[in-house]
Amino acid sequence: MLEMRNLKLTLNGKPVIDGLNLEVKEGKIHGLLGVNGTGKTTLASLIMGISYPDEGNIIFEGQDITQCTISQRAKMGITLAWQEPARFEGLSIKEYLNLNRDLSLSEIENYLWMVGLPPTEYLNRAIDVSLSGGERKRVELASVMAIKPKVVILDEPDSGIDVVSLPHIMNGITEMSKQGSAVLLITHSEEAVSVADEVSVMCAGKVINTGLPEEMCQWFKSNCQTCNHIGTLEV
Amino acid sequence: MIVVKEYEAMLEAYGKAGGNLNALKIRDAGNLVIHKNKVLSANEAAGIKVETEETETGVNIYFLVEEGVKIKHPVHLCFGVLPQEGLQEITLKVEAQAGSEVNVIAHCIFPNAVAVIHKMNADINIGDNAKFSYHETHYHGEFGGVKVIPKAKIRVGKKGVWQSTFVLIEGCVGMLDYDFEIFGEEKSNSELMVKVSGKKEDDISIVEKIHLDGAEARGLAKSRLVLNDNAKAVVRGETYGNAPFARGHVDCLEIVNGEGVIARAIPMVYVNDKQAKVTHEAAIGSIDKKQMQTLMARGLNEEEAVDVIVRGILK
Ligand SMILES: Nc1ncnc2c1ncn2[C@@H]1O[C@H](COP(=O)(O)OP(=O)(O)OP(=O)(O)O)[C@@H](O)[C@H]1O
Ligand SMILES: [Mg+2]
Repeated sequence: MLEMRNLKLTLNGKPVIDGLNLEVKEGKIHGLLGVNGTGKTTLASLIMGISYPDEGNIIFEGQDITQCTISQRAKMGITLAWQEPARFEGLSIKEYLNLNRDLSLSEIENYLWMVGLPPTEYLNRAIDVSLSGGERKRVELASVMAIKPKVVILDEPDSGIDVVSLPHIMNGITEMSKQGSAVLLITHSEEAVSVADEVSVMCAGKVINTGLPEEMCQWFKSNCQTCNHIGTLEV
Repeated sequence: MIVVKEYEAMLEAYGKAGGNLNALKIRDAGNLVIHKNKVLSANEAAGIKVETEETETGVNIYFLVEEGVKIKHPVHLCFGVLPQEGLQEITLKVEAQAGSEVNVIAHCIFPNAVAVIHKMNADINIGDNAKFSYHETHYHGEFGGVKVIPKAKIRVGKKGVWQSTFVLIEGCVGMLDYDFEIFGEEKSNSELMVKVSGKKEDDISIVEKIHLDGAEARGLAKSRLVLNDNAKAVVRGETYGNAPFARGHVDCLEIVNGEGVIARAIPMVYVNDKQAKVTHEAAIGSIDKKQMQTLMARGLNEEEAVDVIVRGILK
């Protein structure tokens, strides 16, 4: 349903994405592992149309969307929950979850419950700097759930989330996929990636292996520890 | 007869501008409606004394809140000039006696202005332990033919609280020259907030000065401006930490959202006591890219995204 074909992007002379191929299948959770700086967030921004690749194509439902704008992609059903979400002065959580849609109060409350935020406490809070890092991330996840996207990129939705709330978050992600959203789940955690149907390992701007979660976790740990991240591990 | 007509016209404009018409009818709530230099309605409430004197160009107002009285209903003020031209000079003397508490909501209405001048000179005295909040909202037509010149000197007594907001986001002003200056005594807490949307050829000057003269006095001078078209603005936030443990902060944000916009911020922090601390932050720039991208990734187009961000900042 979403396919990246030979994507390349050079930033300040550094090939950050370097011939990347990846396919995210309809309704499936696709995990993405990779050490810091390997290009995962950059890939997310390419998929969302925040930046454009120098080479390669992005295909969504058979259509080449490589040149489409953010808004166009969003309207097609692609969305993104950021690794470090933006803050907004004067915008309440309730309003943020209801951007561009017409949800009832109880629906909005339901999405907040799904990420473990009690609505009475959070509905009218602003998503400004007063929210903690973990709270902001959970709001971000709730906001993409509210969209019911066809594809969602979750950039480390579990990072900064306390261990008590993590199961909520993971449940929420599985629930999204059950309701038909394909998920590209970028994460560093073995626990998080275990909910995936399929996992890819990224190194130096490309996907170097894809398989089942457990397999890939093992493979990642044993290979990427000794790798000097120059993308030579490709199998 | 003419006065009745004027009053009705003012009420109509007041209602259109979002004023609370019912609030003006509450028997035991204070209110004051002034058109140009005519007092159309003045209602004292228990614990409040309002004296007015019409002058050739405006009205002198004396406003007193009696000692220890906590006023239940907000006091509503409505100032305006309805015709295309006119001058309105308001002189306001406020005495909030010790331990009193009141919330004043003012609407300033100039829907048809082509050449209107609205001046306010306020001399405000907040007694010890008194709490005074003052919220002024402006409604202007689209022509931008108003010179708005509000000036206030506010003395906040020991443990006194002053909170004011000045909001001008509806319509187009023309020229705004806002200058509020606070003198805070021991353990007083003062907050000045200005929210302005500049449009067309608007020329805007904001001065927020806070003197933290007493020990442990606190002050916050905050401003939020969104500048469109060819609007020009300069914001001066000055805070003086003159006493031990005085704490002050200046927070200015100006969004540049037009090709011809010129935005300036001049924060000034001054400390002459080694235990005082004053901080400032000023940011001027176009709308945050990441905020835009975030909203667009939720399906908003560019214009809608700008609108959501700007409305939030000015809220
Ligand atoms: N504008 C830029 N100019 C130069 N280098 C950049 C730029 N943006 C990103 N990079 C580099 O590209 C690489 C990939 O960054 P990216 O944020 O995609 O990594 P990541 O895999 O998401 O890492 P993490 O796990 O830490 O989130 C990093 O080395 C980063 O420093
Ligand atoms: Mg990243």
